[in-house]
Amino acid sequence: MKYVDEFREPDKAKALIKEINKVSESAINYLSNGKKKEKIKIMEVCGGHTHAIFKYGIEEILPPTVELIHGPGCPVCIMPRGKIDEAIELAGNSQVIFVTFGDTMRVPGSKKSLMQAKAEGADIRMVYSPLDALKIARENPDKEVVFFAIGFETTAPSTALTVLQAEQEGIENFSLFANHVLVMPALQALLSSPDLQLDGFVGPGHVSTVIGTNPYQIIAEKYRKPIVISGFEPLDILQSIWMVLKQFSEGRCEVENQYTRLVTEKGNNPGLNAIKKVFTVRSLFEWRGLGEIPDSGLEISPEYKQFDAEFKFSLSNKKVADNKACQCGEILKGVLKPWQCKVFGTACTPETPIGACMVSSEGACAAYYQYGKNNPKILVNSNR
Amino acid sequence: MTNTQIRQKNITLSHGNGGKVMQDLINDVFVSNFDNPILGQLEDRASLDLANIVSSGDRLAFTTDSYVVDPLFFPGSDIGKLAVNGTVNDLAVGGAKPLYLSCSVIIEEGLPIATLRQVATSMKIAANLAGVQIVTGDTKVVDRGAADKLFINTAGIGVIRRGVNVSAANLQPGDTIIVNGSIGNHGAAILVTREELALSGEIESDCQALNGLIDTILEVCPQVRAMRDATRGGLATVVNEFANASNVGIRLFEESIPVDEAVKGVCEILGLDPMYLANEGKLVAVVPRSHSETVLAAMRSHPAGKNSSIIGEVTDTSSGTVTLKTIFGTERIVDMLIGDRLPRIC
Repeated sequence: MKYVDEFREPDKAKALIKEINKVSESAINYLSNGKKKEKIKIMEVCGGHTHAIFKYGIEEILPPTVELIHGPGCPVCIMPRGKIDEAIELAGNSQVIFVTFGDTMRVPGSKKSLMQAKAEGADIRMVYSPLDALKIARENPDKEVVFFAIGFETTAPSTALTVLQAEQEGIENFSLFANHVLVMPALQALLSSPDLQLDGFVGPGHVSTVIGTNPYQIIAEKYRKPIVISGFEPLDILQSIWMVLKQFSEGRCEVENQYTRLVTEKGNNPGLNAIKKVFTVRSLFEWRGLGEIPDSGLEISPEYKQFDAEFKFSLSNKKVADNKACQCGEILKGVLKPWQCKVFGTACTPETPIGACMVSSEGACAAYYQYGKNNPKILVNSNR
Repeated sequence: MTNTQIRQKNITLSHGNGGKVMQDLINDVFVSNFDNPILGQLEDRASLDLANIVSSGDRLAFTTDSYVVDPLFFPGSDIGKLAVNGTVNDLAVGGAKPLYLSCSVIIEEGLPIATLRQVATSMKIAANLAGVQIVTGDTKVVDRGAADKLFINTAGIGVIRRGVNVSAANLQPGDTIIVNGSIGNHGAAILVTREELALSGEIESDCQALNGLIDTILEVCPQVRAMRDATRGGLATVVNEFANASNVGIRLFEESIPVDEAVKGVCEILGLDPMYLANEGKLVAVVPRSHSETVLAAMRSHPAGKNSSIIGEVTDTSSGTVTLKTIFGTERIVDMLIGDRLPRIC
């Protein structure tokens, strides 16, 4: 397929791997800095990257000195149990049609998932675009249609534009249960963690099409970690890993952009403006596995309160702690590998997920479970 | 028996009441279409001549399946064609020669009779192509909302040929895995047809009867170890079922698995994997390696198998595990379908 196959050519991958092998030696020498360092730990932030890395078996062809840590960039995975409970509470209101993207359906709350709530009779509908929720609102004027808005800055513009469209059309029976999250505060929280063991980042691609590369400067400047914004095809990812290693080998620490075919420095202005118009930053948002992170979420700004489900309905706002057995936090920080978690593959599986990383196919544990389960080769490689 | 053409436009509850209105509907829509002497007797059961059955093999094969696809009509097929071919294929992949089908319909009040007629005609054409007869049936009408438009159940009877013993538990290390063409077309066609995705494309369902192709395979290789049609759950699920049942490993080769460009495109947009998409005319056959080239050539000579491809091999390692050799030469697990493959949001 044109514009896809070109980014999956095995010969080009082989050439890149050769270069990665070459540069990884000088990279590890630079990072060792007198003390012996065994591995260069690079985090791919985005769940889409995690998925591609497993799908193409990229970890298997990397040199043993390069280890990938799978980051928190899956908006479905990081949704805390309390939020799912609130979603179920909204959906259970007989006046409400609750509208959501399909992949939130299986996320476990403290007692059940939206999928179970639907089976028990809640009117929950799956859509592919927030505009479809608006259509449902037009068709059901006597019901309140609540859209479960989730995602990073990637999906926030389309939700914001839907609100603006609803305002323009004067649709009053539509509101958002807004749970958008922001990528930079989460990364900064990770970077401030004392047990962090990361050397560099493969930066998220889709989210950067909206926010651009400028916001990442702080990672290079303050936290002294190189970051390369990457596309999602296997050759994109390999090239980005090479670019991170190259920075080490040359003693540089910068924000670089591999995904130049879509990502610019400044990002997408109309998208950013729509977010700014409709949302304000939440002072605190809870992430499954990572806890509460300041300024890491979006809520509807006062001017658009009439579209805010949290304002229209009084929600219990109960905090539900993560399951104690779950070690997602350690996995997201690179301290543990998924299969080192106590409940991985036993109590926690994709059918009955306990932790964030097992929920969606983009979570690190789900990817390990799906693509690496029982595969000694993958486990051995990861264990090197 | 009257041949009155029914005049109403839509199905009403009286079409399921057991009386004359129902008789007229059955005669007009089903009996006239399916048109065979066994059904024509209009008894409560079909009487099947045993001599005819016994002459074809030494074991009876019996299967049933219900069809609830939405929408009823989609590019390349419809619920009627699906209901015939699906059941024919379930019989055929067991090494059976399909002979007779039943047809039970559950109709939602209000369904246009023209729609029902179109489905029945489609079933008739599919049955003729597959060489089977629809010999008995049932009609129920339920209140609006109690069913979605039209559900069809077909049961099928076939006869398993003497000496043929296909089973998912028969795989031996060294065997070869063959598929009869590109995968995922049916699943992708249904996805594209669903309005909410606002996608358009020219993907047709691969819905077809496989009994002709299977005749060809069994002719050159009666020792076929296992065959299964890769319907719901797709190719990935079938090979996992094989590996589990036989307690062997299976290694697939990514570059040999045929996928149409348009299906690849839909999968790229929605974040789906064609290996998990449903098929309705694809079978996965496992044959001894010594027969693989002969079987492949025979399959390619049949219209239902012209794009057949050897896609993998049975190994003696990691029992019950399916792996995929990727285009990069790496190897990863191919698991069963877990939950629904819902499109990713970002």
